[in-house]
Amino acid sequence: MYPSIHPSIHLSTLTSISSSPVIIYVHLAVQQLQTLCFLANFPLAKMAAQEVQPSETIAKLKSESEALKTKLEEERAKLHDVELHQVAEKVDPLGQFVMKTRRTLKGHGNKVLCMDWCKDKRRIVSSSQDGKVIVWDAFTTNKEHAVTMPCTWVMACAYAPSGCAVACGGLDNKCSVYPLSLDKNENLAAKKKSVAMHTNYLSACSFTNSDMQILTSSGDGTCALWDVESGQLLQSFHGHAADVLCLDLAPSETGNTFVSGGCDKKANVWDMRSGQCIQSFETHESDINSVRYYPSGDAFASGSDDATCRLYDLRADREVAIYSKESIIFGASSVDFSLSGRLLFGGYNDYTINVWDVLKGTRVSILFGHENRVSTLRVSPDGTAFCSGSWDHTLRVRE
Amino acid sequence: MERVIVSMQDPDMGMKMRNQRLLITVIPHAMTGRDIVDWLIQKYTITEEEALHIGNFLVKYGYIYPLKEPRNLCLKQDETPYRFQTPYYWTSTRWPASELDYAIYLAKKNIRKQGELIEYEKECYNALHKRINHTWDFVVMQAREQLRASKQRRKADRIVLECQEQAYWLINRPPVSRYSDVMLYMWCLPLKNKLCMFVWVCSFVKYCEQYQDHDPIMQGCLPSNPWITDDIMYWNMNSETVTMPTKLRVERWSFSFMELLNDPLGRKELLTYLEKEFSAENLCFWQACEEVRHGEASKIAAKVDEVYKQFLAPGASRWVNIDSKTMEKTLEGIKHPHRFVLDDAQMHIYFLMKKDSYPRYLKSELYKNLLAKAIVPQETKKSVFPFMRRQRHSSPSPALVTQTAEDNGKAKPSAAKANAGTASQI
Repeated sequence: MYPSIHPSIHLSTLTSISSSPVIIYVHLAVQQLQTLCFLANFPLAKMAAQEVQPSETIAKLKSESEALKTKLEEERAKLHDVELHQVAEKVDPLGQFVMKTRRTLKGHGNKVLCMDWCKDKRRIVSSSQDGKVIVWDAFTTNKEHAVTMPCTWVMACAYAPSGCAVACGGLDNKCSVYPLSLDKNENLAAKKKSVAMHTNYLSACSFTNSDMQILTSSGDGTCALWDVESGQLLQSFHGHAADVLCLDLAPSETGNTFVSGGCDKKANVWDMRSGQCIQSFETHESDINSVRYYPSGDAFASGSDDATCRLYDLRADREVAIYSKESIIFGASSVDFSLSGRLLFGGYNDYTINVWDVLKGTRVSILFGHENRVSTLRVSPDGTAFCSGSWDHTLRVRE
Repeated sequence: MERVIVSMQDPDMGMKMRNQRLLITVIPHAMTGRDIVDWLIQKYTITEEEALHIGNFLVKYGYIYPLKEPRNLCLKQDETPYRFQTPYYWTSTRWPASELDYAIYLAKKNIRKQGELIEYEKECYNALHKRINHTWDFVVMQAREQLRASKQRRKADRIVLECQEQAYWLINRPPVSRYSDVMLYMWCLPLKNKLCMFVWVCSFVKYCEQYQDHDPIMQGCLPSNPWITDDIMYWNMNSETVTMPTKLRVERWSFSFMELLNDPLGRKELLTYLEKEFSAENLCFWQACEEVRHGEASKIAAKVDEVYKQFLAPGASRWVNIDSKTMEKTLEGIKHPHRFVLDDAQMHIYFLMKKDSYPRYLKSELYKNLLAKAIVPQETKKSVFPFMRRQRHSSPSPALVTQTAEDNGKAKPSAAKANAGTASQI
């Protein structure tokens, strides 16, 4: 006859899914749900196969299967909005973090706008509003090189992977590469190579895996990939409706994508080979100032003028977490992850740095020290410290 | 659960192993259901019922798989043989199982023996074919390659690997009953999507947990964080040219293939291993392709030509084994070389190494020895006078390293002198 259905037994194990979000249960849940579906539909299928059925049995079975279906719908609804912090409920909370300023780099004459770490984990390049680009050994706090750009507001700077050059640009609409020479008599500006040409200010630049290619984003609404040797444009990326303010390269296996954020509140993911926009996310309420990939490359975080930071999952194609607090009303200018991706550092325009627990969505710590807005923030390549640059003319390295 | 498995495999106190007879081949390391239950009873002093219950879970979650009836995932307390699943395929480590991987597995089965796919597998195969149609060529190519690579193994090893893979996929893609086909697919699809979402979101938790010990800001680092103690020993111990790496560093290579390749020392170790296996040309080819992709635009044509001569030309000294279709496409593309012309071939070789060489390297004596010998640094004792700052030594600028390499013949005393001590103030 019909297999006996014991809804109570099945469903009680089902309810365990929502309360204990352990991965393994997912597999079991699928099996159980599939069995349940099979059982729920079995009477109907059997009915279709057989010709004659006593009517009361049909009615009874129908009502039974309807009851099961509604119960299943309820369980489905519980899984509908899977948020990161729900899944992370079982994760141990983080303790108190003590992060002190270990180095203060003084020397810029005006607002620090951008900084980048060298792959050797101790050198930094920083650029400021007065047109100066300085290369520091942050460990000893010595300045090693200085370049004066012909323009003010140098909003973008980047260190080459080899450590032999820096790129910078700003209101001059160009991105220039300066090979770093240790000959004190040599004027670095003499060997400058003009690489990128945009029709509006340069907002961000980054070397790809080698010294030979640079990715830039500009106030003219486009991003572009350039060959350093020849200054040739290799690929351009159109799709933003307003200024593009930031970009970050994906740490993926195939190494072919990057994300950009702009004043049109959108964050776009691009394919570097074809120039196509693969994905687009629009949940911010204001300009996106900074985007940074999660270390695994499956997600990225963004900081915006709407005083929130958000985490977007690329596979699920949606936002999975928002990092905000009612007491935070100033925009986030810069974000970066710690090495494990558990912490998200956000530099804000209210002179503070908020440290978020990425999984739980809560704020772990708030760091003071800067006397003006924090404009740039990067974690060092080996994750031992992070550096923040501010409009108070200084950079601080904290652990 | 994994602790139980590890203790079961202990050579002294663990399970008694027997040999399985499969026609002519004898496959070692099998155990009977009865043995498993008995061992559990003895080790944990529990009742037979409880042991059977635990054993059933071990099978259901894929840590042990049955050899006679692979689809029947339960523990039978008799002479039915079972075997341990390799840690590579454990639910907790190797997860989530991607569609691409499953497609490659089904394609392999299909190619190996026509009609070997059972009903639900056939449906999955067709559904996947529709969904990831754009990479289907790649899937078939990968499947063929993996089959070819496996043919070169001993029969016993091959059977074991096939069983392991089959068991893994039975756990991760359980069969759906025939009756519920249409209704289930339509009804459960949105549910499955939500479950996928669940799985993806869980991956962040997993990643954070895995890397937590490697995160200096969260867990600190040994011997000490240079920024706090002014002692650069941590950087020295983890530099690219160190002879003996730290344990954490070597462990990190096992997290993903990308981690191994990104670390220059890891890459060197992999090369040594591959040389022993006579497949070092794969890694060299991959590296050469990277140089083409990221190198100067003016040198692309020359580099591509080099690569062709060394790796792709028939009879080349370090010929890489790429399937004919990709080879054809690449050779066509080489006639008009551009930055991405070697991409397909590179991806092919990359995935080949990832699927084949990488797991074997992790199981190899070379890796295990390195892991055993790797250093665990001592924590630097905090100095007696915490206010006395150590002298912060400067390090040679990366720019100097390349400069001295360039000026090998010429003498540039000024440059060398300028970097002797601390850099001058500007």
